[in-house]
Amino acid sequence: MTNTIEDRLAGVALPAGLEPFAGVAAHAPHLASREEKHGRKIAKSLEDAIRASGLKNGMTVSFHHAFREGDKTINFVFDTLATMGFRDLTLAPSSLLSCNAPLIGHVKSGVIRRIFTSGMRGKLAEAISNGLMEEPINIHSHGGRVNLMDRGEIAIDVAFLGVATADPFGNANAVTGKSRCGSLGYAMVDAARARCVILLAEEIVAYPNAPASIRQDQVDLVVAVEQIGDPAKISVGAARITSNPRELLIARWAADVMEHAGFFEDGFSMQTGTGGSATATARFLEQKMRRKGIKAGFALGGITGSIVDLQRKGLVGRILDTQSFDAVAAESLASNPDHWEISTNYYANPTSKACSVDRVDMVILSALEIDLDFNVNVITGSDGVMRGASGGHSDTAAGAALPIVVGPLIRSRIPTVVEKCTTVVTPGETIGVLVTDHGIAVNPNRPEVADRLKAAGLPVTTIEDLHARATSLVGTPQPIEFLDKVVGLVRYRDGSVIDVVRQVKG
Amino acid sequence: MKLRRSMLFLPGANAAMLSTAFVFKPDSIMFDLEDAVSLREKDAARMLVFHALRLPVYREMETVVRINPLSTPFGLKDLEAVVRAGVDVVRLPKTDTADDVHVLEAHVERIERECGREIGSTKLMAAIESASGVVNAVAIACSSPRLIGIALAGFDYVMDMQTERGDGTELFYARCAVLHAARYAKIDAFDVVFSDVNDDEGFLKEVDLIKRMGFDGKSLINPRQIDLLHNAYAPTQEEVDYASRVVAAAEAGERQGLGVVSLNGKMIDAPVIGHARVVLRRASASGVRQ
Repeated sequence: MTNTIEDRLAGVALPAGLEPFAGVAAHAPHLASREEKHGRKIAKSLEDAIRASGLKNGMTVSFHHAFREGDKTINFVFDTLATMGFRDLTLAPSSLLSCNAPLIGHVKSGVIRRIFTSGMRGKLAEAISNGLMEEPINIHSHGGRVNLMDRGEIAIDVAFLGVATADPFGNANAVTGKSRCGSLGYAMVDAARARCVILLAEEIVAYPNAPASIRQDQVDLVVAVEQIGDPAKISVGAARITSNPRELLIARWAADVMEHAGFFEDGFSMQTGTGGSATATARFLEQKMRRKGIKAGFALGGITGSIVDLQRKGLVGRILDTQSFDAVAAESLASNPDHWEISTNYYANPTSKACSVDRVDMVILSALEIDLDFNVNVITGSDGVMRGASGGHSDTAAGAALPIVVGPLIRSRIPTVVEKCTTVVTPGETIGVLVTDHGIAVNPNRPEVADRLKAAGLPVTTIEDLHARATSLVGTPQPIEFLDKVVGLVRYRDGSVIDVVRQVKG
Repeated sequence: MKLRRSMLFLPGANAAMLSTAFVFKPDSIMFDLEDAVSLREKDAARMLVFHALRLPVYREMETVVRINPLSTPFGLKDLEAVVRAGVDVVRLPKTDTADDVHVLEAHVERIERECGREIGSTKLMAAIESASGVVNAVAIACSSPRLIGIALAGFDYVMDMQTERGDGTELFYARCAVLHAARYAKIDAFDVVFSDVNDDEGFLKEVDLIKRMGFDGKSLINPRQIDLLHNAYAPTQEEVDYASRVVAAAEAGERQGLGVVSLNGKMIDAPVIGHARVVLRRASASGVRQ
């Protein structure tokens, strides 16, 4: 051989740190065989994948919650981690729900030591509110989660991401295959930031899988699993239009507010959310858009069939979808080029290079409580126990031109408008309007909006008046008794602490 | 004159509904102590309604209570409670003759006297639910100055007529008779309930019919029907514009001392002006039709 590397480099003093070429597979052993090249990411089992990931005790693992109550990935992975003997892990999913009650056992046995989440419900939330964990959990918004990742506070070692289909290289989505949750907006940020990304795929399909919500250059390992989640449980009942007359009344007034607040012109943008009133609001809005001959430029956030329906009727330009809330939304995401899948970084991270909540005109938000300063609680119930989620609440409230909170003044005998929120998640200064079934209150920092709504003949009053009305009907609830122990830190979207949740007196 | 387009039925024993229903703002709200309340709940319902009537939130709208017939053990107890609680209107069910109203009126006056309520301040309405009631509709409508209206109740009426609810043919004579009696007595006329709350289209068809016949309004059993009804009764923008011009022309004519005025070459007389004022009142109550 006359053409060896030695010959070519003979007499050359390589600069320090450089080495001579030693073969195509010298630094990438998998390139040595075609089989290894194509199949090296495929793990035979979840255990194999976990071992290959280098996960160690005390590290941080993450998940997405796009299947909501139908999620089967988080509990499955934690059962496996527990069996493998892992301890002191930090659990950092995008959120937790009632279906995650089995995690209580993993906290008790020491597998889970810390939790970051947007929210929690059910037995797990009750247990944590009753002091289950030694360290307080961190409650963040969807945008705030990405911010905490970028600040290094949530440093994900291994992301376990459930996907409906993936190819052997890791191009993956949840709009094809069996269990289609639609947008993987939550998972996309984990895929981009985790040290190791393991896909749990229901189906491994031929290369290249499209669309690639999660891309091959982000993925370390792919493992086939039987089922990642049940899409039927993503939003039980929310897909239909409510027949509850109170929700319809609130929805109609919310649509009236949207029409008259000063932002209802061609090309406006909105996020309507997914509750009963929210989906009905979209229907009332349709009539108003038709009458005025205008359409929305885009709709944002959690997407339901009612928004898809508006788009199909030509009343919404583009849909930016962080989470698909029903099968209609998931199907539309799969087939409609103007229905985009966006990550929570794109959606709501305040320190992202741009986030869409900053462009939205009007957002419909919920509230467990709203106080006289318009501060909103979406995390703790009337018994002080956590039963909700921060979600995109504070993100959209900060970004939107007009955030509108909707809800009944009284739920059974529990007032929604209170003197002081049990827990503040979203600061009142960012809330524009409150719509209840007893009337509409406008934040005093938005006098121009109040003037416009009054001029349109809407039942505008003050939040103090709504509070007085609630009190006259149901009285003042006895204060909730808390212990001193802090069980939750409520993080604002910029990472600062806006409130704490204390242990309830059991 | 009070607008009475929507009269929302509330079952008197349903505490949850009583605690929220006022937010829907019907023109009148009617607490039912009669058919919507089971025998075992008659006393509880009466107490609930008594307290609801005294809530400030229900003072903001016209309150009506449908009592049990005075021939039952409950009727008089109901009356004693609701007149004392300050109800605006007592609705008498199954009114067959003018005498039924006279008997009721005598009790009401006695109770008003006993509790110190202004004599005559409790208004009455009579529900006509039988062939006898329809035949006697004029006498019933003229039976008392306290009567603010008569209502046709369809279910019992069609039973009495040995037929059933259908496309409206079965109610045609009764509707006409009740309406004429009410107009003759210069009181309000209310149409029957539409019981399929999920059939908006059928409801609106019936509303269109009874509005064109001339009924003031309709009894409702679901709050969702209120806005549909109010919107159907709301004038169109063109009607409002025309009515405004009529009223303006009439007022201008009045200032100039003219007996008869004209608008765009057409004569405007008292009935036209009266109708224009009704249109404007309906528009100010719930806007223009959408």
